[in-house]
Amino acid sequence: MQILKLIAQRVALGIMLLFAVSVLIFAGTEILPGDVAASILGQSATPQALENLRRELGLNEPAITRYFTWLGGVLTGDLGTALSNRMDIATSIWPRLKNTLFLAFWAAVVSVPLALILGMLAVRYRNGWIDKTISGFALASTSLPEFFIGYVLIFFFAVKLNWFPSFSTVHDAMPFLDRMKAIALPATALTLVVLAHMMRMTRAAILNVMQSAYIETAELKGLSQLDIIRRHAFPNAIAPIVNVIMLNLAFLVVGVVVIEVIFVYPGMGQYLVDHVTKRDVPVVQAVGLIFAAVYITLNMIADIAAIVSNPRLRHPR
Amino acid sequence: MFDLKTLTVSAWIGLFFTSIFLFAAIFAPWIAPYGKAQIVGGVWEPMSAQFWLGTDNLGRDLLSRMIYGARTTVFIAAAATALSFSLGAILGFTAAVVGGWFDTLLSRFVDLLMSIPTLIFGLVVLSVLPSTILTLILVMGFLDSTRVYRLSRAVAADINVMDFVEAAKLRGEGTRWIIFREILPNALSPLVSELGLRFIYAVLFLSALSFLGLGVQPPEADWGGMVKENKEGIVFGIPAALIPAAAIAALAISVNLVADWVLNRTSSLKGGRG
Repeated sequence: MQILKLIAQRVALGIMLLFAVSVLIFAGTEILPGDVAASILGQSATPQALENLRRELGLNEPAITRYFTWLGGVLTGDLGTALSNRMDIATSIWPRLKNTLFLAFWAAVVSVPLALILGMLAVRYRNGWIDKTISGFALASTSLPEFFIGYVLIFFFAVKLNWFPSFSTVHDAMPFLDRMKAIALPATALTLVVLAHMMRMTRAAILNVMQSAYIETAELKGLSQLDIIRRHAFPNAIAPIVNVIMLNLAFLVVGVVVIEVIFVYPGMGQYLVDHVTKRDVPVVQAVGLIFAAVYITLNMIADIAAIVSNPRLRHPR
Repeated sequence: MFDLKTLTVSAWIGLFFTSIFLFAAIFAPWIAPYGKAQIVGGVWEPMSAQFWLGTDNLGRDLLSRMIYGARTTVFIAAAATALSFSLGAILGFTAAVVGGWFDTLLSRFVDLLMSIPTLIFGLVVLSVLPSTILTLILVMGFLDSTRVYRLSRAVAADINVMDFVEAAKLRGEGTRWIIFREILPNALSPLVSELGLRFIYAVLFLSALSFLGLGVQPPEADWGGMVKENKEGIVFGIPAALIPAAAIAALAISVNLVADWVLNRTSSLKGGRG
């Protein structure tokens, strides 16, 4: 039961963190010396328009009252209405959230096994050319901006070879295969963004274990290198690997913002960027909070996975 | 410490390209063939002897815009890195030396800030702030200082318990002396290698913001913004947007190569980065 208690503690911490983050996001839009209404409408605004917007945003109330009104709404599923088009935010977000999760899901399905296999290969042939290529690739991909990867993919696979559409438009009535074809390029770009880091950490985690005495025993038993890695080293390296995977999934959810803009994919990232440009504060707060919540949840799951898979963490001294 | 004879091949490559970019950034008005907003030809002309990299979406010379763009990109990224280092290092050292509630409060606040993805929080803040270069530098520098804070606090906490710091405290030196005269010189080498990585991160962050249309505003040229300006050309097979994107990648990789070398040098001197 020790383990349940630890998990419960971690979940409670996560929830506390979420509340703190909601305060921070709310406060982040309040840091202006003037007020939000003036910065939304710009300098040419009439006093009447300013007054109307202030009333609508409730700016005449103190910040604390507004925060709790907002938080109460969020907790009951009411995210407010967008300033730019008067639409209910929650109903506009829902289909976009599904699109984003769909994209992130398939990117994860491809990148996680690929990273594990490549990481193991790098350990098997360590210091050989496979390992060197993988390290070089990893260095390059931490330095490449997402839009470089994205536009190179579009340029070659959509424009030159014409294999995939260059804009990933999806809609609800789309058949599954068409939808997969539409997200092929953005999912590839996302995979490339997170692959290198996962791969390198997998390699490092397994190499760390490879120095243990039981690996030497396995070698002396005459097992093949690949069997040793698969049967003995990998299970013992699982805790750090799971941790890295979850962290990268969290990263994937953020990387989605830029990728969606590149491929004009109708997801949350595109929605957020559009409304930051329009200075539509209620939408930005809502979407920012959702992104932060997903990020925090994935980090929490990473910690819980580490607790479950590593007996040493279950008995903290 | 930084003996040129120990330079590896990759460090040479990195240094070479980094200096080219720096040269372009500093001497932009003298080496650019045309003005940065001067319309000199047709829209998206291909590479030619007259326009080495072709022209952009409004018929401006791409090479000249790239050179001016180097200036904007490098300047903003460098200023943001400088801010994040001064802020992060001073607060980190102070937290490690002073300890107590100051340390706890600041560290928990940094944890909180780091639990939100930087890009997302940056977007939230930029939705209400005016889009000026100063705002960009302040936001980027402030958000990135959290990472510098963590590193410098950890390094300073190690140094803080050493004998010479103890001696200085017993001598009756003030907090400021301890931070700047005892800890700072000894914490410098791990911080220097971190500097390169933070600079790359700033370049990438700035480019992403500009690409999303929330960073440097036209007619100013910066590389991320240039990708945005020329991205419509991609579907017609015009690679103009790939050039600034590749330049960002090249700058990031070359600074990375140099930082790697500095890291290896300093860690072999100190026997691990502690």
